[in-house]
Amino acid sequence: MHGSYTDFIEGISPFLGGYYLALSAMNAVMAFYLWHYKHKTGQAVFWVVVSFLLVAVASAAMGGSPLGIPEDIRKFIDWATGPVIYSVGTTALLVIAYLARRWLVQPMVGWSLLNLSLVVMGLSMANMNFAAIVTKPDNVPIVGLVFLLGFFTWLATAKAVENDDRAREGLPPTESLDNEKVLVWPDLVYTELICMIALTAFLLVWGIALQAPLEEPASAVKTPNPSKAPWYFLGLQEMLVYYDPWMAGVLLPSLIIVGLMAIPFLDFNKQGNGYYTIEQRKFSYIVFQLGFLELWVTLIILGTFFRGPNWNIFGPFEYWDAHKVLALNNVDLSQYFWVDGMGRGLPKAPAGSGLGTQIGYILLRESPGIVLLALYFIVLPPLMAVTFFRGFFAKMGFVRYMLMANLLLFMVALPLKMVLRWVWNLKYIVAIPEYFLNF
Amino acid sequence: MSIGEMIRESQVWKSIFRHPMPQDRRNRIVVMLTNFFLHLHPVSIKKQGIALSYTWCMGGVTFFLFLVETVTGVLLMFYYRPTIEWAYNDILALRDVTSLGVLRELHRWGAHAMVITVWLHMYRVFLTGSYKPPREFNWVVGVILLLLTLLLSFTGYLLPWDQLAIWAITVGSNMARATPILGHEGPGQQLLNIQGIDMITNASDARFALLGARFVGEETLNRFYILHCIAIPLAVALLLAIHFWRVRKDGGISGPL
Repeated sequence: MHGSYTDFIEGISPFLGGYYLALSAMNAVMAFYLWHYKHKTGQAVFWVVVSFLLVAVASAAMGGSPLGIPEDIRKFIDWATGPVIYSVGTTALLVIAYLARRWLVQPMVGWSLLNLSLVVMGLSMANMNFAAIVTKPDNVPIVGLVFLLGFFTWLATAKAVENDDRAREGLPPTESLDNEKVLVWPDLVYTELICMIALTAFLLVWGIALQAPLEEPASAVKTPNPSKAPWYFLGLQEMLVYYDPWMAGVLLPSLIIVGLMAIPFLDFNKQGNGYYTIEQRKFSYIVFQLGFLELWVTLIILGTFFRGPNWNIFGPFEYWDAHKVLALNNVDLSQYFWVDGMGRGLPKAPAGSGLGTQIGYILLRESPGIVLLALYFIVLPPLMAVTFFRGFFAKMGFVRYMLMANLLLFMVALPLKMVLRWVWNLKYIVAIPEYFLNF
Repeated sequence: MSIGEMIRESQVWKSIFRHPMPQDRRNRIVVMLTNFFLHLHPVSIKKQGIALSYTWCMGGVTFFLFLVETVTGVLLMFYYRPTIEWAYNDILALRDVTSLGVLRELHRWGAHAMVITVWLHMYRVFLTGSYKPPREFNWVVGVILLLLTLLLSFTGYLLPWDQLAIWAITVGSNMARATPILGHEGPGQQLLNIQGIDMITNASDARFALLGARFVGEETLNRFYILHCIAIPLAVALLLAIHFWRVRKDGGISGPL
């Protein structure tokens, strides 16, 4: 956080001016397209007005006083930012987006949302703390990732909704309408060539405009706070809050890879092969989106933009204060059971007892958690097989079903553990630090 | 006779390109069959299968970024020395002094972009259900390629030898300490001991194998450099070949079956 506020505003104003002008031009082009090609004059007029408003916003920024988010709202957002609101909020957003997908996929709704998110982004950039995090060179790609994922999710959903509507009327998906074959030369090779040239140009502009990340020379004695893994592993680092490293860093990543590879062998649904659809493969769609968008991408966003010094959560407009103190008082399940529940101390092997006795006492101490895990991983799958996964079990057979059920349970264990932490400050369900075995 | 025609009529030209320019239907077919680079493609393809709004072109973009990374990477290897004395200074010089130092920005940003595009490619393949039979195996190859892309980026992260590099790798590789049985702070680590002597210590565990030392240092830089420049790219190149070949063999480019 170097330099004064005036320096910051002076530096960012021309950039924001150009940014809003680009947005304005984008809307002007859209207005022209709507008027000229789609003959929708009303909509065109609306986007022309938006375009002019953006010019006004741009000129304010150029003049050295860019619009920002009002202080009260910023303070409220910072105050509200926390693991619970973030996780529950993003999940709720995804659920709402899923349920309201028919409304969201209308082009004008999508365009409005794009405008809204870009304008909010611009307004937030006028805040020094926000800008410091977002423009950190290593974080720039994640900003890109967020917008790209938003766009492609919207596009895929739009296509899926259209196909699902067609399926309801007994029509084939749009992808099988045009079965005409074309020659690869010129139709595909030219597309490839254009893509390559465009991408090269894009990379060159990016590389010249923005220097690649390079910090001070490495020093083994100066530990940065926070110390972060590369951004694509920040979801795993976030899991370290809830799990020990052997789970978050070794077992769960391995299960992610194994689980991804297993998808084609677990998904027995023959529908939806080669075209966008949601209705025809709801289960696999929802599970994948939960895993990818919620548990992978939003955790990366959390780790990149909201996790500051000491791995505390900071609001988007909050200063990353290394002295922010948050009380951490997490308790193991065995503590809850023996000390708080039974009103006695943790079972402990008598001094000088053999290895067998010691292990016996450890198992006794952790028996509540072990029983709970056994219920979850061993009893639950067969229970699900005879209840709401009855159809799945019949079609998949024992081995495939058990693999699917266990992978699913491991995946769902993460949000479950988060909730347990928030509600009961639960640290470990099974805590055997003697053997580094905490769950 | 124009110069262009003279060149195209010459024996040298004809020895390279065996057929006339692909300007009519016959030669457009022939060119796909006789050119080494083009023969990755089929001769004809469903128009719908190459619609940009359907494929997003993300697999192709990822492959192109891999080529960009290879070319810029080889050029950077001429300049960069993977030792603690020189690594950081060489990167600084690439930024401030060297002509074509922009190659390093291309390499770095291209790497970030490649991670993103490979995810988007997987996302598209999932959303169109293109992993379903007969493409199951190619999906598996794709997942391995995705993992290798992340490892390529991870190993490359260390090479600039700045604060970002060593601490990101320290945080990332600390997890290996906790590998069950094989990490010195992992569950079951005590199982591998002979007459009370631990086989798994901080000088023999999974993290040590990754770093070549007890902490991120000179040995790690060398190890990551070789992984980044030789071992992983070779594996990726082989798997890419299989990936593309299987696209052709498993029913061609995605589309409704």
